[in-house]
Amino acid sequence: MSLEIRDITKTFGGLVALEDISFDIPSGLIKALIGPNGAGKTTLLNIISGIYPPDKGSVTYRGRPVHGLSPSEIARLGISRTFQHVELFGNMTVLENIMVGRHVRTKAGLIACGLRLPSARKEEAEIRRQSEEVLHYIGLSHRRDEKASSLPIGEERILEIGRALATEPTLLLLDEPASGLNEAETIELSKFIKRLRDERSLTILLVEHDMRLVMDISDEIVVLDFGKMIAEGSPEEIQNNKLVIDAYLGEDDQ
Amino acid sequence: MSVFLQFLFSGLTIGAVYAMVGLGFNIIYNATSIINLAQGEFVVIGGLLMWFFSESLRLPFLLSIVLAITFTGLIGLLMERLTIRPIKKKDLLLMIMITIAVSIVLRGILMFKFGKDPYNYSPFTEGDPINIYGAYIQQQTLWVIGITTLCIILMYLFFNKTMLGKAMKACAVDPTAARIAGINVERMVMISFVMSAMMGAVAGIAVTPITLMEYDRGPMLAVKGFCAAIMGGLGRGRGSVIGGFIIGILESMTAGYIHSGAKDAVALIIMLVILFFRPAGIFGSKTIIDLRRF
Amino acid sequence: MRITNKRIFLVASLIVLIFPFIFDSAYTLSIATFAGINCLSAMGLCILMGYAGQASLGQAGFYGIGAYVSAILSLNYGFPVVFSTLIGCVVSALAAVLLAIPALRLKGHYLAVATLGFGEIIHVVLNEWGPGGPSGFGDIPKFYLFGYVFNTPLSYYFLIWAVVMTLMAFSLNLINSRFGRALRSMHDSETASSAMGVDVPSLKIKAFVLSAVYAATAGAFYAHYVTFISPSSFSLFQSVLVLMMVVVGGITNLWGAVVGAIMITLLPEALREFKEYDILVYGLILILSLLFFNKGLVPIILERLQKGHRA
Repeated sequence: MSLEIRDITKTFGGLVALEDISFDIPSGLIKALIGPNGAGKTTLLNIISGIYPPDKGSVTYRGRPVHGLSPSEIARLGISRTFQHVELFGNMTVLENIMVGRHVRTKAGLIACGLRLPSARKEEAEIRRQSEEVLHYIGLSHRRDEKASSLPIGEERILEIGRALATEPTLLLLDEPASGLNEAETIELSKFIKRLRDERSLTILLVEHDMRLVMDISDEIVVLDFGKMIAEGSPEEIQNNKLVIDAYLGEDDQ
Repeated sequence: MSVFLQFLFSGLTIGAVYAMVGLGFNIIYNATSIINLAQGEFVVIGGLLMWFFSESLRLPFLLSIVLAITFTGLIGLLMERLTIRPIKKKDLLLMIMITIAVSIVLRGILMFKFGKDPYNYSPFTEGDPINIYGAYIQQQTLWVIGITTLCIILMYLFFNKTMLGKAMKACAVDPTAARIAGINVERMVMISFVMSAMMGAVAGIAVTPITLMEYDRGPMLAVKGFCAAIMGGLGRGRGSVIGGFIIGILESMTAGYIHSGAKDAVALIIMLVILFFRPAGIFGSKTIIDLRRF
Repeated sequence: MRITNKRIFLVASLIVLIFPFIFDSAYTLSIATFAGINCLSAMGLCILMGYAGQASLGQAGFYGIGAYVSAILSLNYGFPVVFSTLIGCVVSALAAVLLAIPALRLKGHYLAVATLGFGEIIHVVLNEWGPGGPSGFGDIPKFYLFGYVFNTPLSYYFLIWAVVMTLMAFSLNLINSRFGRALRSMHDSETASSAMGVDVPSLKIKAFVLSAVYAATAGAFYAHYVTFISPSSFSLFQSVLVLMMVVVGGITNLWGAVVGAIMITLLPEALREFKEYDILVYGLILILSLLFFNKGLVPIILERLQKGHRA
């Protein structure tokens, strides 16, 4: 069992964002987290990735409690993520963005870097080589030296996933990766995420609004509404669940 | 006892100036979320212009006051038009540096026109100092405190009871929403600068007969006025007023009882302590700080 | 001909070496020396503001700590100047840590004003409790190394610029390394940066300490050059001056900081006729740079050159 979430509760100054959320993510699966806007999906992702702690409850990853740890510590444990509004390092090149992803697995510090000690130089060459590999895997090698902010949205999202991959994660959190993509791009994304699960044995927690994408690639689905879990199961079960259908009534159809 | 009262009143006097500067900070901050580090210069300009109109041009007292306040307001307007409005991307760092640069330019102009000497003019009412329990309080001191209190009340009424005032507050919290609601954000920003400048001028005009005025008083006033504004929680007029008086009194007491050179450090240390441990200020609320768009 | 940091470094080193043989009057050398001292301060601030993205209006405080600590230790306690300079840096670094730990939790305006407050407090402390008070003190020993005393304009020029180029090499290495990337990523997005494993609070403190050490080094070299120091050189105006150097030359570019430092150092000379206007001119230059050359001269020039090259 990869990730275990128990009784997670979070309020923001009187507003209950999440209430008693509990579910598991088995290793090597793609689990989707869906729900109408404001259901608390990104909040849950932020808690798992350490941006803020839960008020109550626990998050356990491979047997280790991780709730309350800082984002950088959680990255070290193998959990990486992308963001709903793309948070690339806009002023850095595409390659440099990936190279920052290697930060968590490397260690040259201030002195070693400033003095260009042999250990730092060796590590730097490794970082470059590994980043080029990731860049090639995601198909953006031709963008290597361009500023990240100059990419179109589809490539931005792929780059963000690539950057997360560079951290050598075992659990990947994707926050609405299809947002802003057209149909063709979404299909490409869909294939790409499946490759991640199959070729790299990644466990993936996917927050998404695009129902076709969700139904196409998810192994299991969890549904939130107003901060509470209302359903959990396979794509077929969720599609026929009355509570889920009711929750989405009034939402724009996807 | 009389010594204590003496220090107390002197602290109240200078505290009143800090309170006014703090209010000025709040006015601009409430409308724009900008912290105007040139705020102190308005005080200096007010005082020096008052001297210019009343002593140099020998204009009647009331006319001089009106002119000094109006001109300072115009300078505030110019500052907003020339240096604030042109900036499309309201990058925080840029704003800070621009207001600092403006304060430098204003100071340069003042030095050029008025030189480095201190200036003075006669107090509003002539007469002997008033004896309160053995402490001799100049009449001007009472003017300063009285005028400040009046301004504070007017500001409170303006921001909380008038449409214009509430509209200005809306602009800082979310200018887009304010615009959608039909508020002319650009005009609010301009008004806030003009009001803030005039408020500073009033403080300068009132306090110069007591403390005199030199061209370079601005930065220290700005820093201490900012301390006052922070103490009360940025954006809350009442708090910054109380903060201003507290700083003024503590400064005065420190100078009197402990060590006169250290008095400048008092406000600074208070400010740092508050910034580090309670950035929302003594009266502020943490949630508001977090929600405020910076 | 591609413009790389290494090439610029070589050209700059060449200029540094040749300069004193063309402009060899004591006067020009002294200006060049001051420019070098200012470069150190500007580089430190550039790393902090341009790369790490943290505001600081208190550089003068660290500059003053470096100057006073080194001066006092070498004058009153007989410390060798090299050691007193190092200790000045250490004290400055400690002050930076003490300031940074609470201050770096603040954002934007609050951080800027907190650093301003710090700088002012140091100024007051120096004014009240520094040797000589507001009048300062003199007879500070000149810099010496292994028995060689740097007391000629030429020798100090080379000393200071050797230090500048060394620190420049260190800084360039830093920027283009894992550390520098972490800094820059933090500037662009703290959230994403920490999600990639960057320990953001710790990194901010390191950037702060770095800028403080650079400023302290500048301060110490200043003290041992002019041999007489007073608190008035370490006031808010000094902090603003360093800010100007970085803004005018280019916040995000180390070479910009150098260019800006040189330009701002030359300014009083150019303004010698207009003594009463000098504050005014400083302010105007700052405003114009902020309004129009938002990124600073060097990045703008570099951009033009790159575009020309690509075409």
